[in-house]
Amino acid sequence: MTNDKRKMTSLLSLKNISRSFGSTRAVADVSLDVEQGEFFGLLGPSGCGKTTTLRMIAGLEKPDSGTIQFQNTDITNLPAERRGFGMVFQNYALFPHLNVFENVAFGLRARHAAKAEIGERVTSALELVQLPGYEKRAVDELSGGQQQRVAIARAIAIEPALLLFDEPLSNLDVSLREETRHELRELVTRLGLTAVYVTHDQEEAYALCDRISVMVGGRLMQTGEPRELYEHPSDIVVARFLGRNNLIKAMRVSSSNASDGEFKTLEGGHTLRFPIRYSDLSPLDQPVFLGIRPEHVQLHANGTTEAQTENSLRGNIREIVFAGATSTVRVDAAGLLLEALVLRPTGLTIDQECTVVLPQDRLTLLQNQRG
Amino acid sequence: MNKRSAFLIVVTLLVLFYGVIYPNFFLVNLSLQRNGAFTLANYREVLSQGIVLEAIVNSIGLSVFTVLLCAIVGVPLAFLFERFDFPGRRVFAALAALPLVLPPLVGTVAFIFLYGESGILAHSIQNLFGLQAPPWSLQGWAALLFFHTYTMYPFFYVLTGAGLRRIDASLAEAARGLGASPIVVLRRVLLPQLTPSLIAAGLLTFMTSMASFSAPLLFGGNVRVLTLEIFTARQRGDAVMAVTETVVLAIISLAALIFFQRYEGTRKFAAAAMKGAPRRRAAIASGKARVLATILAILFAIVLVLPVATLVLVSFAREGSWTTQTLPPAYTVANYIRLFSEPLAFEVFVNSLLMSAIAAVAALLWSFCVVTLLVRRGRGKLFDEGWRRLLSLLVLIPWALPGTVVAVSIAEAYGGLSSFPGSFVLVGTFWILPVVYFLRFMPLVVRALQASMEQLDPALDEAAGSLGARAWQRFTRVTLPLVWPGAVAGTLLAFVIALGEYVASVLIFVPANRPISIAIASELRDFNLGAAAAYGVVLIVIISISMVAAGKLEKMR
Repeated sequence: MTNDKRKMTSLLSLKNISRSFGSTRAVADVSLDVEQGEFFGLLGPSGCGKTTTLRMIAGLEKPDSGTIQFQNTDITNLPAERRGFGMVFQNYALFPHLNVFENVAFGLRARHAAKAEIGERVTSALELVQLPGYEKRAVDELSGGQQQRVAIARAIAIEPALLLFDEPLSNLDVSLREETRHELRELVTRLGLTAVYVTHDQEEAYALCDRISVMVGGRLMQTGEPRELYEHPSDIVVARFLGRNNLIKAMRVSSSNASDGEFKTLEGGHTLRFPIRYSDLSPLDQPVFLGIRPEHVQLHANGTTEAQTENSLRGNIREIVFAGATSTVRVDAAGLLLEALVLRPTGLTIDQECTVVLPQDRLTLLQNQRG
Repeated sequence: MNKRSAFLIVVTLLVLFYGVIYPNFFLVNLSLQRNGAFTLANYREVLSQGIVLEAIVNSIGLSVFTVLLCAIVGVPLAFLFERFDFPGRRVFAALAALPLVLPPLVGTVAFIFLYGESGILAHSIQNLFGLQAPPWSLQGWAALLFFHTYTMYPFFYVLTGAGLRRIDASLAEAARGLGASPIVVLRRVLLPQLTPSLIAAGLLTFMTSMASFSAPLLFGGNVRVLTLEIFTARQRGDAVMAVTETVVLAIISLAALIFFQRYEGTRKFAAAAMKGAPRRRAAIASGKARVLATILAILFAIVLVLPVATLVLVSFAREGSWTTQTLPPAYTVANYIRLFSEPLAFEVFVNSLLMSAIAAVAALLWSFCVVTLLVRRGRGKLFDEGWRRLLSLLVLIPWALPGTVVAVSIAEAYGGLSSFPGSFVLVGTFWILPVVYFLRFMPLVVRALQASMEQLDPALDEAAGSLGARAWQRFTRVTLPLVWPGAVAGTLLAFVIALGEYVASVLIFVPANRPISIAIASELRDFNLGAAAAYGVVLIVIISISMVAAGKLEKMR
């Protein structure tokens, strides 16, 4: 199970998957590819269809339309028990009538593995999750974190071709969650496994995943590396979901250079310029949203800026909210309300005049709800 | 649809068709025929007879009053024992459901020995005051209502108690905090929350009372009820009359079922979110109230146990020795020796045990087919909601119908070979009773298994699937080990109820399958009181052992 060679084609490939429950469309036309050895995240608010997508990958749910391919073989209609994917459930789904050993051995027994092999593999799986010696324990004697480890051991004992996680950490308390998160990532990397991980917690997804797909309302909105998603959300829905964001309503005004967008904000009437892709060119005189993260908004008390830089606006500080490590400063720039995150609001006071700079490389043009 | 699903559906439908649909259809059809013509003449004739109309009114009236009395006794008791703590509470709480497992015929016999006009209580008063005649006779309305309240109040007691335990204590606390007095809390908060429990208890009581047969037979006096009318009509060989009355009884029972369920559907009850502290029983602070509550509990415990104790006492009485004395004067174990040494008497036990076991095991096996279809969730769902509802309705019908109806419908439908495909004869064979027992009590097993299955986390089956277990492995290694305690507990319940079954048995038994209840009734007719009591005691012992086992299994879930 080591990934000696990265294949040219992807390991798992979903093509135009849809699934409805009654009249609600849980998953709509989702396509994605997962590479060998990748830790892939499905991130979205609750009810966005991410768990349904995972269950379709696992074979626990059948898509209404579309195909699922694994190693270039169509597995759309293959039942779960013949896919050989390990799955870790949100509530762990440990068998209450079996002890830890039998739980981990379950998949091996289902495959009629030899007795000696079962013993060996259960022991090593329990060692991997740092629960050696727990074989004879009843599962209901274990703490939540330990049950979680048993569930992971059970899934990796069958040497899965793909490991699926359905919000496995959501039942743990915060400190344990972060610790387990770290161990989980390490374990998957060490075993060279490919994982698909469903979560609604963006911080968790950033920390664990190589790539993330954001799902909202049954649709796949954007796929990319964590940093890319955070800094350049392609879509207003994604931007709203992934943390706090300044959403600026603006209209593109005429521009000589097609790759250099010039926008006029509807509130405040400021002119903002930043490079955009040709494909993202929005029609002229149509309201669009521009996004910038509060921590990328630069704030200068008046007189401290040397030169007039691009995209700098004059503003007035309205509110300063202390939140521990950082503070949020709300600024009114001639009717355009902006939030800035600063480490220490020294020298800033309410009602003070200031200069707000929106760096060109931090501004993103957001698509308005595709489709 | 795979082979396995097809097999489940075929087995389920075959049983439901031959056991429920066809016999009931046959019965209705028969009641609408006269001289080969399709007519309502039978109904016109039956309903024009004063005695039948009286029986209908009596049956409904008896059931309504039984429900009211049982509620009056059961609900306050549930409040007392669920909300307060005092010495003696546990003793009574343990005994409270006792009448539920007492076979109605055995209870009736015990009542005759205890409260009858030549029973222990009447004798003791007569001897004490030197009266010429017994002070009362155990006859008519009062006797029926007394017995019905004794045997059926546990429906209200048990269900109200369970309802009270489910209510979130913070609801009452919130109401108190908003300034409501305890009376207002009871009326506006607790009782509305209890409505589902009360409706369920009312339904159970009404249906049981409607189907009641032993008590009206043995001490109904001139109060004729429908079940009794059907029995006598069959005894005189008036099959058409019996069938028509049976359909009338069935219609009343089903109407009651629909009425109660309708009412339940008209109100919405929020499932109490069980967070916060569960309510603790309040210790009764006042000394006088404590003594009163304790005395009350002891009295109730005595009332509950007395009939059984009487039965045990009489079972040791020498036959023919007990005449006008308060208590039987001479004791012996001869009654029990006879029970186990006389081949005819022993055969009765073998019959009942065998038939009940056959019915219960068949119900267990079959319930796995039904429940798999009923609760299958997630992937491979075979039926949509409408079909599942229809299926559970069909399963419920034999339970909702009085035993008399089930027995008559099977006896008529399988009385002789007809032109109907797959027709067979059951009447006159050993198999008619196991079949009727199966039909009457399989809903209990289906319910128990369904409850166990629904408690099962569907993720367990999915986890087993993702670990590579095939359908059969998932069933034997995950589902079965987790649901069998509940299923077997339900099976034991069906088994013990079948063991003491009388209502249906008396209509259709043959010498080859004479069950215990028939033997008890015939011993009573011959004034072999000791023998009748001894049968009853052995029955109670078997039932108690089974119920203790069932209780242990329930706890394993």
